[in-house]
Amino acid sequence: MKKEIKVTPIKNGTVIDHLPAGTALRVLSFLKLKNNPITIAMNVGSKKQGKKDIIFIEDKFLGDKEFAKIALIGKGATMNIIKNHEVKSKGIIEIQDYAEAIIKCINPNCITNAEKMKTKFIIKDRPLKATCYYCQKTMDEREIVESIK
Amino acid sequence: MEKMPAAKKQKILMGRVVASLFFEPSTRTRLSFEAAIQNLGGRVIGFSDSSTTSAKKGETLSDSIRMVSRYADIIVMRHPLEGSARMAAEISQKPIINGGDGANQHPTQTLLDLYTIKKKFGKIDGLSIGMLGDLKYGRTVHSLAYALAKFEGVKLYLIAPEQLKMPKEIIEDVKKNLKIEETSNLEKFLPKMDVLYATRIQKERFPDSMEYEKVKNVYILKEEILKITKKNFQIMHPLPRVNEISDGLDKTSAALYFEQAANGIPVREALLSMLIGKKKKVEM
Repeated sequence: MKKEIKVTPIKNGTVIDHLPAGTALRVLSFLKLKNNPITIAMNVGSKKQGKKDIIFIEDKFLGDKEFAKIALIGKGATMNIIKNHEVKSKGIIEIQDYAEAIIKCINPNCITNAEKMKTKFIIKDRPLKATCYYCQKTMDEREIVESIK
Repeated sequence: MEKMPAAKKQKILMGRVVASLFFEPSTRTRLSFEAAIQNLGGRVIGFSDSSTTSAKKGETLSDSIRMVSRYADIIVMRHPLEGSARMAAEISQKPIINGGDGANQHPTQTLLDLYTIKKKFGKIDGLSIGMLGDLKYGRTVHSLAYALAKFEGVKLYLIAPEQLKMPKEIIEDVKKNLKIEETSNLEKFLPKMDVLYATRIQKERFPDSMEYEKVKNVYILKEEILKITKKNFQIMHPLPRVNEISDGLDKTSAALYFEQAANGIPVREALLSMLIGKKKKVEM
């Protein structure tokens, strides 16, 4: 059976592809987009993943900080930067080993929840874990996903 | 430091000011730091009750540290929030000594614990050490576990009720370098231990007082334990104790806890000396 995705291609913007199925809305919640036109495709067929989500964001070129957040939720997700209908750059969104100001510490007694300061986490993959540089609390994958700011 | 003549010691911090900022109650840590500072000829400024400071007016810790680091040469601090000392170290112009940050770490206690063990046994490598009681909220045992992992062949017995077990992330961090046994049965491993490090079940760290009531008397060490322990077996405790070590043990050869508390002075003297740069390496 031929697989088709019926969405209008974007002229300028970012396409986030190969997100784990069901994660697109969570990704959008922390991208804090304002009035950009957005198209979401959820639970679409994928040869690699079985099912996946895709987000098309018009007129917005995501930066390193946003990709660092997406990497924590969507292992293996890819990004395409589109300019004038052409793919200008593309790649896999990699997990960084250090995260600054993108996750909130879940420890209510952590200094980062009391002072105006950036959080810092040491990230380890397989399994995904984030350790707070300040209070040394380690968060698992579920806790990390819930704590992305 | 213990062998250094008093007159020589007095010159180490002469003309220096050390800030002692205790945002949370302390007896031994604060007093031994302040005694150490005075033994080294330094002067102390600070407080032991944060309700008398601008913290009460809502001043942030970072502002307090920025200010105090301009008044003092070294800052010793204890704070109820975890990670507070590390944050302070990032913004302070002067060295910060962590005198305890919430339930996280208590590194100077660990230095004196290591010194006490080394002094008693002549070594730390290869010893069998038990940790008893509140291993979840007890910052002294967290710091000590990390420190023991730096030595060779140490066996660690973690004895705690289910609710107060050592955090799994700490065990993950240290298990490569320590042989670890976890249990709630003290008697089973007592005969194998060289040292038993007992801790108080800390009422103030429990979010729920009912949970505290369930576990507060779960381990009480009495003289009878000495019938099954090794000849040179030693009991340590960061103090204060409530009832986890009976008074009957105080006069036995196993009671190391008062000597341990006394070791806080030379260890903290050594640390202050190193930080002020008078000596790169200090013999204790």
